[in-house]
Order: sequence, then structure tokens, then C-alpha cells
Amino acid sequence: MENLKTTALHELHLNLGAKMVPFAGYEMPVQYPAGVMKEHLHTRAKAGLFDVSHMGQVLLHGDDAALQLETLVPVDVANLPEGRQRYGFFTNENGGILDDIMIANRGDHLFVVVNAACKDADIAHMEKNLQCKVETISGRSLLALQGPASEAVLSQIVPDVKDMRFMDVRIVNSSFGTLWISRSGYTGEDGFEISVEDSQAIKLAEELLASEDVLPIGLGARDSLRLEAGLCLYGNDIDETTSPLEAGLQWAIQKSRRKDGARAGGFPGAEHILGQFDNGVKRQRVGLQPEGRAPMRAGTKLFASENDETAIGEVTSGAFGPTVERPVSMAYVSADHSDTDTVVFGDVRGKRLPARICTLPFTPLNFKR
Amino acid sequence: MKFTEEHEWLRAEGDLVVVGITKYAAEQLGDVVFVELPDADTDVSKGDDVVVIESVKVASDILAPLDGTIVEVNEKLGDEPALVNSDPLDAGWFFKMKLKDASELDSLMDETAYNAMIA
Repeated sequence: MENLKTTALHELHLNLGAKMVPFAGYEMPVQYPAGVMKEHLHTRAKAGLFDVSHMGQVLLHGDDAALQLETLVPVDVANLPEGRQRYGFFTNENGGILDDIMIANRGDHLFVVVNAACKDADIAHMEKNLQCKVETISGRSLLALQGPASEAVLSQIVPDVKDMRFMDVRIVNSSFGTLWISRSGYTGEDGFEISVEDSQAIKLAEELLASEDVLPIGLGARDSLRLEAGLCLYGNDIDETTSPLEAGLQWAIQKSRRKDGARAGGFPGAEHILGQFDNGVKRQRVGLQPEGRAPMRAGTKLFASENDETAIGEVTSGAFGPTVERPVSMAYVSADHSDTDTVVFGDVRGKRLPARICTLPFTPLNFKR
Repeated sequence: MKFTEEHEWLRAEGDLVVVGITKYAAEQLGDVVFVELPDADTDVSKGDDVVVIESVKVASDILAPLDGTIVEVNEKLGDEPALVNSDPLDAGWFFKMKLKDASELDSLMDETAYNAMIA
């Protein structure tokens, strides 16, 4: 795999027998010898360790960094308490989504985590538009420890994590150097994301994997876990053409940034996005449950009946859900077909197969609130 | 038993051949979650897409190994697609076909040649 970057954990992945694939310019483990199904189920039952070092880590410095960042995101950053993290997204002038991100308030600066495929564009976007210091972090890896056993395992190394709740962030000193820890993730399970110096990354990963409750987990299971949890994958379920309200992400736009809020608007595409709170949307992201066993994958066209010629929507993510033991999908459908329990038909290899619109997530979210 | 470059095996059974995929192919595919089989009594030409296998992540096509007619399919895979992983060479078979020209079977790889190919 030429011209691909590797993470500081590369050698560990190879030693663990990972199958490596190109992903967002990196050579990443898609699965380990256990396989996607077992890795997925193990994460929900015990704990899984993910290398997410390909994601971008950025610090925003300066007294008004929060207000500066609010010019690019429809999220209340100014009132985000110190030690807390919040989900958000960069929007464009048309009200689409440039990337979805995590924003943490660490006192005198913000810590932002962005998607791997978008990180160069995101950093350029921030450097161009923010009147504050944008510091791209290099030399730090990012691990995710996810699943119900995560707290018990990580607290062996960092006892303080027991006091953290969902979306708390902390900087802690440990025998693996300074760790930046958040209680968050991308699986729908309790868990942590841990930024660690590259030089300590393999040692920390090996220490976590030494627990019999922890298995290494590849991108394959990461995708099926997030899909069952109803979480969007940037590039599939949200992109520059989908608005936050079409995607059902209005919960991430706090009152202060909506009409009549203290700092209403002031982000790219605000008029369009805030208008949708009043006027509604023409299409909606929904959960989709195929009635048969055939998965409906991304790109599957959806129709209102078995013989209609005009599609009313399209699947944006679809796979077999190992926990729910049946196929699961997310799709955009026209608003008049988006009610729960509406039956639509997916075109799978030329056959029209029935599927039912359902609420998300497919599996309960097990966060420690 | 004979093998194709597409990682299928063929085993003669009376005047029919039974077709499945090799252990190597099943391992590469990962956990199989759905198998879509053709209808019985389907005439096929070598290289036609006849079976779709869905693993957790991806859908793959299985091709007709030779010209002929599919006369029976393994209905059990509808309820137990994981048989393709657990027993690829036996209970995980896909279909039985009557070859148009039974002598064509001889043109396929034997086990030694197949093992050399995947080595």
C-alpha cells in the first residue's frame, strides 16, 4: 500500500494479525483475526480498543476562541462548561455539513477532534476564518476504549476516570505520560477516547489489551457499531448537501444559536438552517429495517411501492447488525414517507424488497450520563 | 474435487456437480450473513452471477463455474448463512448443477493446483 500514512500503532496492528486497508489516506486495520462479527459483539459485551489516530486533533487558543469557533458552527461553544465536550459540525453557505466534530472546553483553550478524511480541509478552514491561534497537534495518537468494561479497565491505569461522566474531558498524568481523556465514543456504548503521546501509544494499547476483557477492534466493527447506534458517518449519512435538520441533528443546535437566541445565527448557512426550524425539511434521515434478511447497503434506491418509477429516497448506510441479528440501514426519504412504520421498497439487485421506517438507534445507548 | 480461480469447488455427485466456495474464500469473506440463491431449473453460462453472498460488510457475487443448468439449491442457507463459514466444503454448498459438457470438469484445477494458487 504505497503512499499511505501509518499511525504510531502500525507495528502493533501487524503483530496482532490485523487485515490492513487504505482508509482516508492511512493504512488502517479493518479487522483482526476474531473477525467483524465477534469484534462487534465483544465491544457491546465487554470492551474493544480502537486506533483512531487518523483523526485530526486541533487546539484553538485565545480568550475568544469559543466565540470565534461559533462563527463556523451552529453550536453553543461559549457556554460549554470547562471540562465538558459537545458534538458539532462545520456548516457551509448552503446550510450543508462540511464535517462533524467534537469540541471540548479545556479552560484556556478548546480541543477539537475532526474526521480523518476532512482534517486537512477543516484545518485550512479554521486557519482562514478564525481570528485565534489554530494549533494542529502532531505526535499524539488517539485510542478509543469502548464497551461496558471500559471504566473498570481504564481505571486500573487512571483511577480518576471513575468520576467522569458522559462527555466529560480531563487531562491526567499517568505512567504513560500526559493523557487527554474524554468519556465519549462512536459505538453507542460507555467508553473513553484517549489522546496519548506517540512514544507511549503502543505501550498504553498493550496495557489495555492485557485485560482479558479487551479485544482490538477494526474499522469494520467500528462501522457496524456506530450504525446500530444510529450515529452518522461523515461522507455517507451527512455531507455538504445534507442540512443538520434533514439529518435529524437539530438537538446539536442549542437555543442560544437559534432564532431569538442570545447569539442567534452568525454561522455559514444560518438563514437556510434556521429557516428549516420553521418551514420543515423536504427529506429526512431515518432508520430503515429491511423485512427480509438481505442487507440494504449504501446507494440502494427506495420507492413508495413495488412498481413506482420515481425513487423517494436512498440508503446512506446499511449492513448486517450483529447485535440486533438482522440487517439495518439509515436512509434519506422524502418527508411524506418518513413516518415510523411506513413501508418502502428498496431496489436490491433489481428486486423490490420491503423495509420499514423506524426510529434510531437500533440498539439502546449505554452512556454513563 | 475440482477448483476454479474464483475459489469455488466442484464435486461430482452422480451426473450432477455440487458447487460451493473454498475454506480460503470463506475466510476472506468473513462472517456470511445472507446468501441469495438462484431458482432451480435455471440455465447458466460460465461466468454468470448466480449467487450473492453478503458478509457483515460487503456483498460478493459467485459465478457459474461452467455452462449448465442449476437443478437444486441449498435452501438451508436461507436460515443458516453461517454454514458457509463453519462448513464451506460440505453443509455450506450453494447449488447442484447438470453440466452441459461433463468433460469440462477435467479442465479445472485439482486440489494441488488450487493450493499452489492461494499459497
